[in-house]
Amino acid sequence: MTVNECYEAMGGDYEDVMRRLRTDERVKKFLLKVLDDKSFQLLTDSMAARNMDEAFRAAHTLKGICQNLSLNRLYHSSNELAEHLRNNREYFQELETMVAQVKEDYDVTIASITSLKES
Amino acid sequence: MNQNKASNAKGKILIVDDSEMNRAILSDMLSDEFDIVEVENGLEASAVLHNHEQEFSLVLLDIVMPVMDGFEFLAVMNEKGWIKSIPVVMISAETVPSYVDRAYDLGVLDYISRPFDERVVRRRVMSTIMLSSKQKELSYMVADQMLEKEKNSQLMVEILSNIVEFRNGESGLHVLHIRILTEMLLKRLLEKTDKYGISRSDISMICNASALHDIGKIAVPSEILNKPGRLTKEEFEIMKTHAAEGGDMLKSIPLRQDEPLIKVAYQICRWHHERYDGRGYPDGLKGEEIPIAAQVVALADVYDALTSKRVYKDAYSHEKAVSMILGGECGTFNPFLMECLNDVSDQLKEEFLSNSQDHSGEREIVTTVEQMLDKGDFGISGRTLKLLEQERTKYKFYADMSHEIQFEYTVTPEILILSEWGAQYLNMPETIYNPREDAFGTEVFNKEDFDKLLTRLRHTSPKNPNVEMDFVLTINGRNQWSKIQARSMWTDDEKAQYTGAIGKIVDIHKEREKMEQLTVMADHDPLTGLLNHRAAKRYISSVLDSDSEKKYILLFFDLDHFKQANDTYGHQFGDEVLRCVSDKIRQSTRGSDIAARMGGDEFLIFMGYRDSIEPQVRRIFDNITCDYREFPIRLSMGVANAKECNGDYETLFKMADQALYAVKRAGRNSYRIYDSLLPPLTEDEQ
Repeated sequence: MTVNECYEAMGGDYEDVMRRLRTDERVKKFLLKVLDDKSFQLLTDSMAARNMDEAFRAAHTLKGICQNLSLNRLYHSSNELAEHLRNNREYFQELETMVAQVKEDYDVTIASITSLKES
Repeated sequence: MNQNKASNAKGKILIVDDSEMNRAILSDMLSDEFDIVEVENGLEASAVLHNHEQEFSLVLLDIVMPVMDGFEFLAVMNEKGWIKSIPVVMISAETVPSYVDRAYDLGVLDYISRPFDERVVRRRVMSTIMLSSKQKELSYMVADQMLEKEKNSQLMVEILSNIVEFRNGESGLHVLHIRILTEMLLKRLLEKTDKYGISRSDISMICNASALHDIGKIAVPSEILNKPGRLTKEEFEIMKTHAAEGGDMLKSIPLRQDEPLIKVAYQICRWHHERYDGRGYPDGLKGEEIPIAAQVVALADVYDALTSKRVYKDAYSHEKAVSMILGGECGTFNPFLMECLNDVSDQLKEEFLSNSQDHSGEREIVTTVEQMLDKGDFGISGRTLKLLEQERTKYKFYADMSHEIQFEYTVTPEILILSEWGAQYLNMPETIYNPREDAFGTEVFNKEDFDKLLTRLRHTSPKNPNVEMDFVLTINGRNQWSKIQARSMWTDDEKAQYTGAIGKIVDIHKEREKMEQLTVMADHDPLTGLLNHRAAKRYISSVLDSDSEKKYILLFFDLDHFKQANDTYGHQFGDEVLRCVSDKIRQSTRGSDIAARMGGDEFLIFMGYRDSIEPQVRRIFDNITCDYREFPIRLSMGVANAKECNGDYETLFKMADQALYAVKRAGRNSYRIYDSLLPPLTEDEQ
């Protein structure tokens, strides 16, 4: 699998990331780091513990990573969640839907990067 | 803190971001041209800058971070003044205008928004660093040029005034003396009052102008100027024209009439021969009509004339000159200025005795530099930084040598920094965030002790900043008496703010143990290890004071015919007998009882009892009564009940003593409990 194919699989913008980070090697290097990143875990843990400040920071960090790597699909859902939490640090039921969307996108992203790693 | 070390020539960038990914991307984009230090939040960044402020060319700062966010960190940078020397570029996805505005208000120079674009990041970082180092360089250059210009203009003034003096046949010292005296008087004047509206920075200008006071003498014919002996009335009238002439010369300088130096020099030239009572020349100005600069130079001129040798007179001593001026023998002066002269009189004498031309040059420049620092317009020069770095190296060397735990504590953010050696010794990191919550403030220190120390420091003052306290610290699992010597730190402002403290922790465990040993030794009889009388009395008195029931008895006894043991078998043997008795006493008493050797062969036991006294006394009496080798140990023992002594040790002791002597009178080797029917001691027995 090429980096370009990986981006296609996970709904990212390959052209944009290449414009900014310049080389395939560099993009791949940072993509692999996403596999080790703990923000998503922190997000779900914080949601479960109703620690909404921490949840905001986690969503915010995740969104930042997506932005850096032009992972548009996951960026979209994590950004929506982060913006909600920024203005309202209360827990409410609808958040779970948003978190579920983030999880779905996160899983696709991780699966794609894992295939890239193994190819 | 990750540090990618490379060559020293590279600039250093501090990346402050909680996201490892962000730091990695930025580091990747910049590391071929810069050394990168990464930290996760504002608190860690504060600790890094606290020690290495000068090393960094740039800070890349995120906003949303745990522990201490970007805005809070910017506030710290402002408070510590770091924001002036290190440019900060924000890195954030936040494009909310209020965020951006706030960041700019707090001194941020530029903004890089996410997602990072390699070319944008590199360009922004480079240009920000270049801009700010250009600015620093320029401010050093301006400072250097100011110094240079100051030196040059001073030189020109001096050349000019020396021409005048040369023609006048005087040494160049006159101008110099006037300058020094003028400066002293003005400084003193400024300390006493601000009514003349001169500021510190005016002083050096007035001093420069003072050198010109006699330029008008160029217009006086040299036969008159250099005539030996007194001038005639006509000649003196011509001489007097030099004041007005000097003023006119300055007035005729084209285009520069608004220069403060020209204005002041005009005042000085024209009016330095006016008198406070209005009897001077050329205009007969009176009192405060005479500009203060002219008044001061006039006074300086007279003083120097008096203390210098002239064709027509010898030099007067400093004391004589001052007393002549103060006594009104040389014209009238502003009483306020005379006070100033009197105030600086001692200093003046010293200055003129030790003065040399070179010295004065330095001093002038020092004044100029002082003024520049006053204005605070200029950054610290590169030289100062180098000196600072040397101091740091020295400090580190001494700190390592001394084998003491040294620390530096700052209040905001609350950080404690240990010396390298101290950190190793305590097995802790060098930088400790929130030390009150950290193991340092809760385990090494007992929590209350640490609070006590910090409270004491906070309540010191800049004048009395030192604190010394002893605590038991837990160091590597061992309790250790330690002395904390610390000094609180304050800002330089008029209203000094407490900023933290520096200090050291000294191990005093050995001393403390020795002290305790000495205390033990002071309380005990060296031969038997029992308490001595003094200590026993102290302990018993405190029991009597604190226990209201007073169910205690005092047993006081000596050994029958002990002297014979000494005489027959020698002192060595006598000592053995005493040790045997003390062993028996120890066997017969409990730890809570008090047992003492009073001296010689007299012993004392103080103990509690339950119901009756007699069986307890008998048991002890029988236990101690035994044979030590050939010598039979027999006792005469008096016993008294503490209930009957009114809580007074002396009374209790006297009762036991009385009972003891009753036993002796009755033929020894027995005990007796005191009762009020006992006969008092005879005079002999006392």
